[in-house]
Amino acid sequence: MTETSGRVAACLPIRSDTDLAWVRQHVRQAAAEVGFGLVEQTKLITAASELARNTLVHGGGGQVESVFLDRGHARGLRLTFTDEGPGIPDVERALTDGYTSGAGLGLGLGGARRLVHEFSIDTSPGHGTSVTVVCWVGVPPRPREEAR
Amino acid sequence: MSWGLEGPVSTHVPVLRIGDVLLVTLQGELHDKAAEQLQQDIGEAVAGSSAGAVVIDVSGVEIVDSFLGRVFAEIAANAKLLAAATVVAGMRPAVAITLVELGLTLPGLRTALDVQEALRMLAPPSSPLSPGQGRQENA
Repeated sequence: MTETSGRVAACLPIRSDTDLAWVRQHVRQAAAEVGFGLVEQTKLITAASELARNTLVHGGGGQVESVFLDRGHARGLRLTFTDEGPGIPDVERALTDGYTSGAGLGLGLGGARRLVHEFSIDTSPGHGTSVTVVCWVGVPPRPREEAR
Repeated sequence: MSWGLEGPVSTHVPVLRIGDVLLVTLQGELHDKAAEQLQQDIGEAVAGSSAGAVVIDVSGVEIVDSFLGRVFAEIAANAKLLAAATVVAGMRPAVAITLVELGLTLPGLRTALDVQEALRMLAPPSSPLSPGQGRQENA
């Protein structure tokens, strides 16, 4: 396994719907800089928009940190969305399409997971939520293992 | 990292009337509040103008997430209750691919490749050779 090195690109607040637009704009620029193609960029920005909205709506606001990744010949982008909100009591359920605790369609988490290569959640009730996603340039989409 | 002073703009989206059709052209970033405002504006415009159709041109939109997708679906549902059809025109291929992967296929939404095609779909059936026998496109 090649060592992965990272360089922080930005750390942005997520406090309002204006911030959501800023996050999308930043991810668009960062993704272009890393060298993602148009479809990959669109997927990553969309995933970021879903996750940033979760941070705002369910987490009561928070922040996103973006990191340029370098692993041998592979380049990627890692986004970490962090809030100090109530946390997610049942992560598996929250990842299921159609599950929502808010007014949305319930596609946010599960949908965002399908749009990226790596996805992880660190959460516990009362201690906030941190969602990390990674996309690598030129890596084919992950297989659809979750046929639930 | 710096990306210039000009932020994402959140402007009021104009709703244009062309004959029986309301044309809404979306460009670039659309804030959540602007999207919700648009939903309200279109509802009022349809009710106040007796327009028979709404065409939403999304060819300038780079990102449609589940929020904006839901807004499109709700605009169409609102318009339908006000006796108007809605067509979303010009979606970018990358956006379509992303929406399907996201799980948002918007089955109730009518689409067209561009505005011209949308207007053709919505045009009242007219055939000079056989009046009354025009092709019925989606009642």
